Amino acid sequence: MSHAGNRSRNGTNTVNVSTVRPLLRVLLAAGAFALALGARPVIAQDERAAAAAAVGDLQQPAALVAALPDASYADKQAICERLVQTAGAQAGPVLRALLDGRLYSDAHHRVVVVEGESESETVPIHDPFSGAALGSAASADLSRIGSNNMLRKTLKGLLAQLDLADVDPARRLAAVQESLRSLDGATIDALRARRDQEPDDKVRRAIDVGLATADLASDSADARLAAVQKLDGELSPEVYNALQALVATDEAGASREADERVRIAARQALSHIDAMRSVYGAVETLFFGLSLGSVLVLSAIGLAITFGVMGVINMAHGELMMLGAYTAYVMQQILPQHITAATLLSVPMAFVVAGVAGVAIERGIVRFLYGRPLETLLATFGLSLILQQLVRSVFSPLNRSVSTPEFMSGSWVVNDALSLTWNRLYIVAFMLLVFVALLLVLKRTSLGLKVRAVSQNRAMARAMGVRTEWIDALTFGLGSGVAGVAGVALSQLTNVGPNLGQSYIIDSFMVVVFGGVGSLWGTLISGMSLGVVSKLLEPYAGAVMAKILVLLFLILFIQRRPRGLFPQKGRAAEG
Amino acid sequence: MQRRNLIRTAVAMAAAPLLLGLSLGAQAADTIKVGVLHSLSGTMAISETTLKDTVLMMIDEQNKKGGILGKKLEPVVVDPASNWPLFAEKARELLAKDKVDVIFGCWTSVSRKSVLPVVEELNGLLFYPVQYEGEESSKNVFYTGAAPNQQAIPAVDYLMKDVGVKRWVLEGTDYVYPRTTNKILEAYLKSKGVAAADIMINYTPFGFSDWQSEVSKIKTFGSAGKKTAVVSTINGDANVPFYKELGNQKISAEDIPVVAFSVGEEELAGLDTKPLVGHLAAWNYFESIDTPANKAAIAQWHKFIKNDKRTFNDPMEATVIGFKLWVKAVEKAKTTDVSKVIDTLPGLETPNLTGGVAKVLPNHHITKPVYIGEVRDDGQFDVVWKTKSEVPGDAWSDFLPGSKDIEADWVTLKCGNYNTTTKKCSGQNF
Repeated sequence: MSHAGNRSRNGTNTVNVSTVRPLLRVLLAAGAFALALGARPVIAQDERAAAAAAVGDLQQPAALVAALPDASYADKQAICERLVQTAGAQAGPVLRALLDGRLYSDAHHRVVVVEGESESETVPIHDPFSGAALGSAASADLSRIGSNNMLRKTLKGLLAQLDLADVDPARRLAAVQESLRSLDGATIDALRARRDQEPDDKVRRAIDVGLATADLASDSADARLAAVQKLDGELSPEVYNALQALVATDEAGASREADERVRIAARQALSHIDAMRSVYGAVETLFFGLSLGSVLVLSAIGLAITFGVMGVINMAHGELMMLGAYTAYVMQQILPQHITAATLLSVPMAFVVAGVAGVAIERGIVRFLYGRPLETLLATFGLSLILQQLVRSVFSPLNRSVSTPEFMSGSWVVNDALSLTWNRLYIVAFMLLVFVALLLVLKRTSLGLKVRAVSQNRAMARAMGVRTEWIDALTFGLGSGVAGVAGVALSQLTNVGPNLGQSYIIDSFMVVVFGGVGSLWGTLISGMSLGVVSKLLEPYAGAVMAKILVLLFLILFIQRRPRGLFPQKGRAAEG
Repeated sequence: MQRRNLIRTAVAMAAAPLLLGLSLGAQAADTIKVGVLHSLSGTMAISETTLKDTVLMMIDEQNKKGGILGKKLEPVVVDPASNWPLFAEKARELLAKDKVDVIFGCWTSVSRKSVLPVVEELNGLLFYPVQYEGEESSKNVFYTGAAPNQQAIPAVDYLMKDVGVKRWVLEGTDYVYPRTTNKILEAYLKSKGVAAADIMINYTPFGFSDWQSEVSKIKTFGSAGKKTAVVSTINGDANVPFYKELGNQKISAEDIPVVAFSVGEEELAGLDTKPLVGHLAAWNYFESIDTPANKAAIAQWHKFIKNDKRTFNDPMEATVIGFKLWVKAVEKAKTTDVSKVIDTLPGLETPNLTGGVAKVLPNHHITKPVYIGEVRDDGQFDVVWKTKSEVPGDAWSDFLPGSKDIEADWVTLKCGNYNTTTKKCSGQNF
């Protein structure tokens, strides 16, 4: 470290890259080092029978539903089964509300449905069967009718039976897929009955798959063969497992499947499916890598400006991200009813908050320390501790929970073998947006022009009338603001707490150094490639080893190419 | 540096008799000193601060009853700051300087391991209140948290017999507790006839947040047509993104349940519980268990901490049990002398908050009931299963080749590591 300190005294704002390098090596090594450390079932069968007996006298759907609030889980299960028998399709909305946790009992002991989540004091309530509005009730008077795993499983099965005849094709499709998971005589009959009256192509195909899967267990070899041929190219795990059973051998080595033709066909179908699965698996890994890469780029891109363009080693960069994440938390607290709007609004807010903090840091601390990287490093490190403690005192040492907007949860199901989670897809898109915006600011605006001019030749820029002091402050503010924006994105992926920044600071430096200090494109490429490489390594080496291997690779890489992937060229780089 | 050290040592040596006299004088003022060795800052502060408050609450209550043996209790609170070597220093400070009669403390296994040599050397008495990986029995330590056979093994039994799980994912944070627990579980599962291909073991670093490929791996592993469950020894805040990712990849508790050993009421408080609902946790205590003793303890806690939103959890109950047992032992021995208290403790009993009795065993562990709970959306647990009776804690696992033959017995054998085949006491207690 002292080595770096001794050599950087040229008095200009741009720190010679090579003097920073040993520091980074230390940082990387520190990162690697830090890494290296591093009976009796309550609901028994007889109780269930007793529960069934307890609800035995109730026949009317309304009476059954009225019994729900006070029922035990076993009773609830019996009630729901009885409800389907007596009310048929009418029971659907009630069961769905119970499954989603929207079913409540109110002050008059009525069972009601509350739509959507709301923090307000009174909420509109609805009739569980018809959905008709029943006015509103005070939230305090409502108590939720709970469910447990076993009950939810029963509910899903019951709903699948009912939904098979639903008007909504999407629900029918879901029902068919649910019944595929547990094919028995009754469900096969129901599917067969549904097959010919099904108008929707997609649903009919799903039913065909289900029936073919059932046919794999048929007594007739021809039927089995036809089923295997029909299932060729189907990606669902149920089909795969059923086909696998056909080619399996028992302990004696004899084949379970008697017919040779079926065995060959099944083997062929399996190899097709395997090939397709591995393609989709590769796509999935690539996507995981790109999304991890996006997080890396987002957290590093602000640093690419403060460190890359200005040459300031800002150890408080992570804490600026933390400020952004806390901004998202505060916005959600201010607008608890509108989580989506709050999250979207927190993007510009975080930019402002972190940007202002950045300008203050530059004016208050960093500007006195230009050209003295070691002192800057220590000062900003101290600042990062102060900011962490500030957040601990203001908010609490505990992590804060930031909700995920509805549109960002769940995943986009491409097919049975590939589904991509929405939050990661949005992060990738968001990162590209931020990157393009930043590129435009630097390349197309007068601020960008001045920033580049100052970073390339301070004296000349000043001679041309550029107020270098202000440009320094604004550049630092811009980099910090982008860090804040990255913090909002991180709040959707990880814990929002005082330590949030620390877990990303090393990764950020890693990306910037690997990409080549001062190059935005380098940051993008290096972040993405580091993301993909660690995700490629992870399945083989495990998460811990993968990270160590990436760090090792980086250390070796920096030895060979000290200026990163895309070194700055020309006189500015010689410093 | 060296000279300064020398001077310091000289001064310390000169001052020692003086200090000794002072602290003896303080003791003569007739208080019994209780050391509290829990991190009040750093990463573990979140969990350990609550335990410090629990000990203070128990001391407060005991003093209202008039103390023990006519003497008031005096807490001596130190802050080892989540720094493992500092735990040893602070323990030495408590025993040598403050002359405490007992220490309640430690959370992570690594902090306990660093304190152990000090406690043994200075003949102190430590009550350790957290579930841990076993493979240890020290003369000077009483383990009131669960050993693996009181948490991990019953949880796996429940999944195997009641849920019908055939394929297992052992997912853990990369450090000593998950690694040892998973080693024991792997041996146990194999002894029950589970094939090696049906067990997948993964480790991730502390504070891991990029769970996408790990969860995708679990999903693929779980789609082989056999019922699959995840046994999670993931520790700390890495749990939140883990459960979030499970929710995003549409893995529900009905399909692949996750049973966690480190997620309790305190961890769930103030957290978005939506993605966790239906997943399981195995503990020896749940706040939601409805018994008069439990209600009274929770009410007392709310009154003491002046906040009725605070949760009560398993390590807190273990602290309460440890404290009550120590009080009983002191009263029975009629002295706070450590050796006599240690000899008195085995065989003593105190009721659990959730029913049943905690009895101190000769191996310095206690008997505990085991509960499996399902996470509810309000952050509490529904008990879905419990053991018929209390399970005695086993210091040395019966499922690991190295520790199968080893027994700890401080009453008859006077040994923490007695090999039943070679009939020898190795003296290697940890």
